[in-house]
Amino acid sequence: MTSDVAAALLVPLPLAGINWHSFFFLLFAALACGFAVAVVAAENVVRMALYLVLSLGATAGLFFLAGAEFVGAMQLMIYVGGTLVLLVFGVMLTAQAPFVSIKGSGRDKVVAGVVGAVLLAVLLQAALSVKAWRAPAAGVVADPAATPIGMALVGVRVDEPGVGAPARNVRPGYLLPFEIVSVHLLVVLVGAAYLARAKRRRTPRAIEVAASVAPPAVLAEHAAIGRDRARGGSVLAGGGR
Amino acid sequence: MMPVVVAAAPVVGLINQPVGVAHYLVVGAIMFVCGIVCMAMKRNALGVLMGIELVLNGANVNFVAFASPYLQGEGSRSLGLDGQVIALFVILLAAAEAAVALAITLNFYNNHATVDVDRADDLKG
Amino acid sequence: MADFLINSVGLSAALAWSLVAVVAAVLILNVIAGGALVFIWAERKIAGRIQDRLGPTRTGGKFGWLQSLADGIKLLAKEDLMPDGADGMLFRIAPYVSFCASFCAFICLPFAFDVVGQRLNVGVFFVIAVLGLEVFGVILAGYASASKWSLFGAMREAAQVVSYEVPLGMCVVVPVMLAGSMDLVTIAEKQAGWFTNWFLFHDPFTFVVFWIYVTCAVASVNRAPFDLAEAESELVAGFHTEYSGLRWSFFFMAEYGSMFLVSALAAILFLGGWNGPIPVAALLGLSEGTGDTAPYLVRLIGLANLFGKATLGVLVMMWIRWTLPRLRIDQVMTTCLKYCTPLAAAMFLGAMLWQIALPGGVVPVLRRPAAEIREGWLKGPGGAAARSADGAKVARVDS
Repeated sequence: MTSDVAAALLVPLPLAGINWHSFFFLLFAALACGFAVAVVAAENVVRMALYLVLSLGATAGLFFLAGAEFVGAMQLMIYVGGTLVLLVFGVMLTAQAPFVSIKGSGRDKVVAGVVGAVLLAVLLQAALSVKAWRAPAAGVVADPAATPIGMALVGVRVDEPGVGAPARNVRPGYLLPFEIVSVHLLVVLVGAAYLARAKRRRTPRAIEVAASVAPPAVLAEHAAIGRDRARGGSVLAGGGR
Repeated sequence: MMPVVVAAAPVVGLINQPVGVAHYLVVGAIMFVCGIVCMAMKRNALGVLMGIELVLNGANVNFVAFASPYLQGEGSRSLGLDGQVIALFVILLAAAEAAVALAITLNFYNNHATVDVDRADDLKG
Repeated sequence: MADFLINSVGLSAALAWSLVAVVAAVLILNVIAGGALVFIWAERKIAGRIQDRLGPTRTGGKFGWLQSLADGIKLLAKEDLMPDGADGMLFRIAPYVSFCASFCAFICLPFAFDVVGQRLNVGVFFVIAVLGLEVFGVILAGYASASKWSLFGAMREAAQVVSYEVPLGMCVVVPVMLAGSMDLVTIAEKQAGWFTNWFLFHDPFTFVVFWIYVTCAVASVNRAPFDLAEAESELVAGFHTEYSGLRWSFFFMAEYGSMFLVSALAAILFLGGWNGPIPVAALLGLSEGTGDTAPYLVRLIGLANLFGKATLGVLVMMWIRWTLPRLRIDQVMTTCLKYCTPLAAAMFLGAMLWQIALPGGVVPVLRRPAAEIREGWLKGPGGAAARSADGAKVARVDS
């Protein structure tokens, strides 16, 4: 064991033999996992949003490295550029001072930590158990084009042409899921816009009531500041207190 | 410090070897577990939502890893196009679900003047 | 260049490729920074002339061309301020997030045939996606400044950029459809030849789409008349009110970089990219394969063409800024949702129907190469299966 550690520490990385794909994989993986852990660890919700953006951006890099260029660009555009902007808007709208850092209870953290650790152990053991997944076959050359994806979404599979004529074993396209998701997005658009509409209220909202009645501690503090200023700045306020 | 170094040694040695599917699965697993812990731990409704995004992303990393023709070992086939299209649909559905969840959160905030999910106990007991 | 390094200089492959990457990154950085320097000077001169005055005339001779350099030195030497209640980490990181988004989009922007940082098959998609990430820097800056004016400006800008991504995406899809590929190099190559081959003149729908693209691009980079976010008369300076010195200059490099980027994108998608109006290289008999210096000369001409067109686009943006009055935020949103988006959708439909009806172009003599790209996928290794699997659907696209 110690000899392994010594070997790792003393032998410098052989630069000539660096596999750049692996180097960038390690870089993006470290960023993605590191920022994911930072999301869990952060207390300030705005910083959590920033770490999530960086984590998902690094994941897009991982997608590009795996040859899924279209999915990577979609991740950047829709997930990071759309969903997370929406999330950050929500954070800004609700990030009033009392809610920016809500601390969780200790018991919740312990239970969540234990469950997470057990789940991680199970998943890691499953991931590292299959021998065929450890090292790739050498010399695979594939062209990461987006056209097969486009054709598949229209219902025509060009990646694995069937055998014979008329073709047998042709895999099904994705036209129906594409249409369903399109309608689904339309429904979600209408529903979310309806849910979040500005409603005309006869009675003030709870948030407005809460804002108009400042907590007593804040009021007392403001009064104290006013008194200090008056005492320090003006001769007339000598007997003010 | 020592356990970290010992654990890091095989990772650092990876620089000279090509990565396979297993390494992507490890990344996916870590993100998934971070998402689960985030969902369970955070009291801020938006924090829970961020956990959901992390979970879906971990699953996406798995799908893309299986779909990649570059990462598979000898004698096993990649999912190919299917994995990428599934990842695409997951991204779309995650966006839709985030929109609805945010609308719900904003309504909750307007009605209760807080985003603390522990305060959502009107229907309790 | 990597081949030269590996074969002639004898470096190892890994080192050679990393050197190539570093050189490419440094070149792109110089394009952005040098471009920002020139454009700031040009903006002040153009603003002056439009407002019937001279602009900078003292630093560096009669035309004040060293003014930008003097501004840069002043910004470097300014005091580093941060508001009291600001979130330190977010305040510091915001300008770099904005600049990184602008810089990353240049990675797959081609400057001449195959002169590109990384040639991506989904080039157009990647550029549009990364352009939309600039809004994070703006939001972070507005929030972290701990000032309500900054926050208002940031929210307005975020809403504007995100809304205008929709018609921008639809406008960009039309040339992609005409060229049959999302690869920027392919799209520009399909417009080789005389200027009648440019997609701008392909059909009237694409002509209208170009002008919608210009509107959406100007709105996307927050230039007047859409510059609510940095409206000097209303919000002091919007989201970058509290920024000074080098951090402010990073925001502005990001803005001018984005202006150059959308102009170059317009040039590649609609105006033929690096192909000039007259195919000089083809007429002179130069092509990629002849001799040692001919490819470099061809690419140099192409580079000059693209820079010229992109600079023209930026100058037109400046002209518009100092001519038109600013739009209100509700007018900005109305323009996007009620005018640009339906118009872009209708034009997309029109361009698609035109392409189905007249795939070979109106005048068969000037046959556009765009019609042939679809044949490749239909006749290629996957195409035969497509044809046999669903012959009816495929037959209509045959010309």
